[in-house]
Amino acid sequence: MSTTAHTIDQPNRSIWDGGQSPLKASYGKLMMWFFLLSDAFTFSALLITYGLVRSAHPAYEGAADAFTFSNNYWPIPEKVFEAVPFLHGVNLPLVFVGIMTFILIMSSVTMVLAVEAGHRMDRKNVEKWMLWTIIGGLTFLGCQAWEWAHFIHGTDSGTVMKFLVNGEWIEKTIFGANLSVNQYGPPDFAAFFFFITGFHGTHVLSGVVLNFIVYYNAVTGVYERRGHYEMVEKVGLYWHFVDLVWVFVFTFFYLV
Amino acid sequence: MHTEETTHVQVQPADKAKIRKIWVTAGILAVVTALEFLVAFTIPLEMATLRIAIFVGMTIVKAFYIVGEFMHLKYETKVLIWSILVPMIFVVWMLVAFVYEGMSIFDDKYLN
Repeated sequence: MSTTAHTIDQPNRSIWDGGQSPLKASYGKLMMWFFLLSDAFTFSALLITYGLVRSAHPAYEGAADAFTFSNNYWPIPEKVFEAVPFLHGVNLPLVFVGIMTFILIMSSVTMVLAVEAGHRMDRKNVEKWMLWTIIGGLTFLGCQAWEWAHFIHGTDSGTVMKFLVNGEWIEKTIFGANLSVNQYGPPDFAAFFFFITGFHGTHVLSGVVLNFIVYYNAVTGVYERRGHYEMVEKVGLYWHFVDLVWVFVFTFFYLV
Repeated sequence: MHTEETTHVQVQPADKAKIRKIWVTAGILAVVTALEFLVAFTIPLEMATLRIAIFVGMTIVKAFYIVGEFMHLKYETKVLIWSILVPMIFVVWMLVAFVYEGMSIFDDKYLN
């Protein structure tokens, strides 16, 4: 009799039968991780396709100092991205992208600080750091808007390029970029710029929206009443991922 | 599970060591980014392979700190860590396969 009672008290259940978190992470955090994994595949696909198309194009051969734009070879990225707002005509390769990278890393730092404050139920600090994170995100988006505008409008003198039209070579001066032609290099170069930085920018934008919702809920005391700030952690994971993707975009689009 | 209302909230004091660690990680990320700039401007563009190797290495270092410290993956259970990292093998495979494919397209178009 006593042995039967013993088996009823301790049923033979596995850790997957419910009532606990087998990976010691909540359901929401776990699902965020797997969503981010799938999102990483999407970004990898974009960047790897960039690698494929770039390696299928001729590279510029010759002295780096003598580089000029041409649709015959892939451009050297640091020759394309060399403009900084308010410093018109000054050659500052990669400086503006560097500033953007720094802004995004800083907003990632303020996000961890918000998560850390959430663990301590410190509502004031959660609000403060979430607000800084939102400001960082918006600044980054503003920088990207400028970068796109400059890329689309192009340089003052443009580039003279040769095109084969109806069997005849004609010369044309191209200013800036669109999806079919650009002054920096082969058409695919601008297409990848728009797709990769655009897809990342969309992620930043939705991250800012999510951050704002969490900020709003923190301010109105939703999480304090709930008893925990786990939403800050989940949105934080997403925000760090956006930063992580930028680290890769920075390397593979701007540096390499 | 967590829907019950809490009436008064106890704010815990900040752990100085934890906050220090966050800023140290931030510092590492900033320094590595600065080093990337240094490489971009000191190693000539003609040494493409060396540049790419350094950039990829530094990117992996940065990714390690962002995912490990900021996203806290280093401190999760082993099963969770591996279930995120192992699928990345597909990305490495895809990278190698597609860049190789791109070089073959180049050979077909311009060399043969």
